[in-house]
Amino acid sequence: MTAVSADQRQQLAYVATQAADARLNVEIETEGMTLNIGPQHPATHGTLRLVARLDGEQVVEAEPIMGYMHRGYEKLAEVRTYPQVTTLINRIDWLGSFANEVPFILAAEKLMEVEAPPRAQWIRTVLFELSRIANITLFLGDMAVQLGALTPVFMAFRDREFVLNQIEAATGGRFHPNFDRIGGLKDDLPQGWIDDTKQAMEKMRDFCDEFEELVLGNEIFQARSRGIGIVPAEVGLAYGLSGANIRASGVDWDLRRDGHEALAYDQVDWKVWTHPDGDSFARYWVRLQETREATHIVDQLLDGLPSGPIMAKVPRIIKVPAGEAYAATENPLGEMGYYVVSKGDLVPFRVKIRSASFSNISITPWLLKGVYVPDIITILASLYFILGDIDR
Amino acid sequence: MTAATVLSGLLAVEVPYWASAIIKVGIIALVVPTAALVLGYVFLLKMMSFMQSRLGPMEAGPYGTLQLLADGLKFIQKEDIFPAKADRTVFALAPLVVLVSTFLIYVVIPTGPDAVVAQLDVGIFYALAVSSLSVVGILMAGWASANKYALMGGLRAAGQLIAYELPLVLAVMGVVIQAGTLDLQKIVTAQAEGEIFGWGGIGNPFILTQFVGFFIFLVAVQAETTQPPFDMPVAESEIVGGYQVEYTGFRFLFFFMGEFGTAFAFAALAAVLFLGGWALPWGDLTHWGFNIAGPVIMLVKVLAVAALIFWFRFTYPRLREDQLQRLAWKFLIPLSLVNIVVTGIFKVVL
Repeated sequence: MTAVSADQRQQLAYVATQAADARLNVEIETEGMTLNIGPQHPATHGTLRLVARLDGEQVVEAEPIMGYMHRGYEKLAEVRTYPQVTTLINRIDWLGSFANEVPFILAAEKLMEVEAPPRAQWIRTVLFELSRIANITLFLGDMAVQLGALTPVFMAFRDREFVLNQIEAATGGRFHPNFDRIGGLKDDLPQGWIDDTKQAMEKMRDFCDEFEELVLGNEIFQARSRGIGIVPAEVGLAYGLSGANIRASGVDWDLRRDGHEALAYDQVDWKVWTHPDGDSFARYWVRLQETREATHIVDQLLDGLPSGPIMAKVPRIIKVPAGEAYAATENPLGEMGYYVVSKGDLVPFRVKIRSASFSNISITPWLLKGVYVPDIITILASLYFILGDIDR
Repeated sequence: MTAATVLSGLLAVEVPYWASAIIKVGIIALVVPTAALVLGYVFLLKMMSFMQSRLGPMEAGPYGTLQLLADGLKFIQKEDIFPAKADRTVFALAPLVVLVSTFLIYVVIPTGPDAVVAQLDVGIFYALAVSSLSVVGILMAGWASANKYALMGGLRAAGQLIAYELPLVLAVMGVVIQAGTLDLQKIVTAQAEGEIFGWGGIGNPFILTQFVGFFIFLVAVQAETTQPPFDMPVAESEIVGGYQVEYTGFRFLFFFMGEFGTAFAFAALAAVLFLGGWALPWGDLTHWGFNIAGPVIMLVKVLAVAALIFWFRFTYPRLREDQLQRLAWKFLIPLSLVNIVVTGIFKVVL
């Protein structure tokens, strides 16, 4: 046997202390627990499943498992004619349905090289913003309910009704308008609609003011959401976050302003809201400001609504020439895009749907490490996903 | 003097001990579900609905008054399900333990000079002690359900109720010092006959001199009865009902009755301790008429306190467990200790 050198002895001593530490840790360590949150859980608004490995109430790791509500829309779109597809994609983000139709129609219009007349574009933008308001309103109430406050969600449902009524009055559908057509819109606005909508926008501004005090001003809400689920800007960008989620991290990026789609946003004066904090509170704050901004956008658009036809010259049977096109818009949940490949048929050859929630939810494993169980709910609520938008 | 003597006085018959015992048990067995129903209807169904711009139940009975009875009947019809891996005995007993602790609080609550089931010298001490028995039931439910959500709920409840027992007791201490007794009946008399700095126009309802204690008491009650903002043990959006998650049918009904019965009992305790209980500051407190008027006066005060409790319940979001512990240990307990010291100083000086 060789003598043990001083170096080696030191090394052995180190190993021994490590082993002792490990033994001690084993004694103190509590057994971990795997908690299945979902698919049937009230906080997952549908069927998202979250497998969380817990140490006490602290999350060691969490993994979202999706696909429980997969409806195969990309495949179904391949056997439907272009006008039929809008019926399907209405149901992706079911709270802001009209906004789903717009990017698809825009992509198809790009392929067909038609452009909707200005009036149609403006009305599209108005309805787009209305569906944003209808969608985010519910988020504003829902996040409060996830944090345990029962009342705001009822107020959100109550006031969302004003917007839904307007959408219904214009399109005939409360949830699934199916109103957008290649080359324009199905109908013009009904009589008196503009004044009614302006009144509704007034009410929505009151709603925003009320919620700013009621929810954002609440100490417990702040204690529960400030500093919870902080997304640094570079991490958020790396995970492909979009919409209010990334704007709440201080990234000034909004497809309504920065995109290249032919909507009427460049005709009005509005502002992109950002927040430097990147936490759950910031995400709520940004969405609330955006809702108020959206009411101003609608007001301005309605004031300057151009006259003219609402439908471009489009053949009765729509055959889209071969080619590929991508159109993306700033939907209520974030960037939503359709990559449409056409082989010159009545039906698209392939449609790839880029939905915002799918990317937004992908950050959860990174974000949920080390938080407490109640914070999981806060973070999920503040990221604001819609199951249809994840699973499609 | 007890309820039995009242009865024998009113009916001019001699009531034997066994009969008075049965009457008392019968009264409490009636009072607890009635209290739960009243609170459930007035606040959970109606006040909450009006706050949330809806009507609440309108069909069962006039203005939906019978809705909770219909719900109760529905619960009774449900199958009594035990989870496969549940500890059956403990699982079955847990709701009973919770309910019994609720029943026991009512024993000492006075509603008139003689209208009290048992006048104990240590009444308030007894009431607070039996109220914390419900933790045992909740912990049993959480453990025996063999469900992770239930377990987390049970443990949260245990941690929370322990943290809030202390401020609750300390908040009451101020009243006890002022009244100089632990007897609830004497606390009521002390308030009716008391004076605020020599002025006895409205007696001395301790809410005026013990407003800090009243505030702490209300916060602690909110946590004791696991209502928002302190409803982490049930937290529907997080742990889906916590310890109640596996319960169905009449066992769930027991939890419901326990929750609202306890809320009523604590509101009654608050009314006795801070609002003067069954008494009015005018009139002869020993007059037998107070045995009839007392319960009515009590009910008004109890509903006033309960309205506060439920108002908080419907408006606030939920705290996180660690934030609640911080609030209890770092804010409420020091505050209640200061309150005791100040009360003591005033007691000695005046």
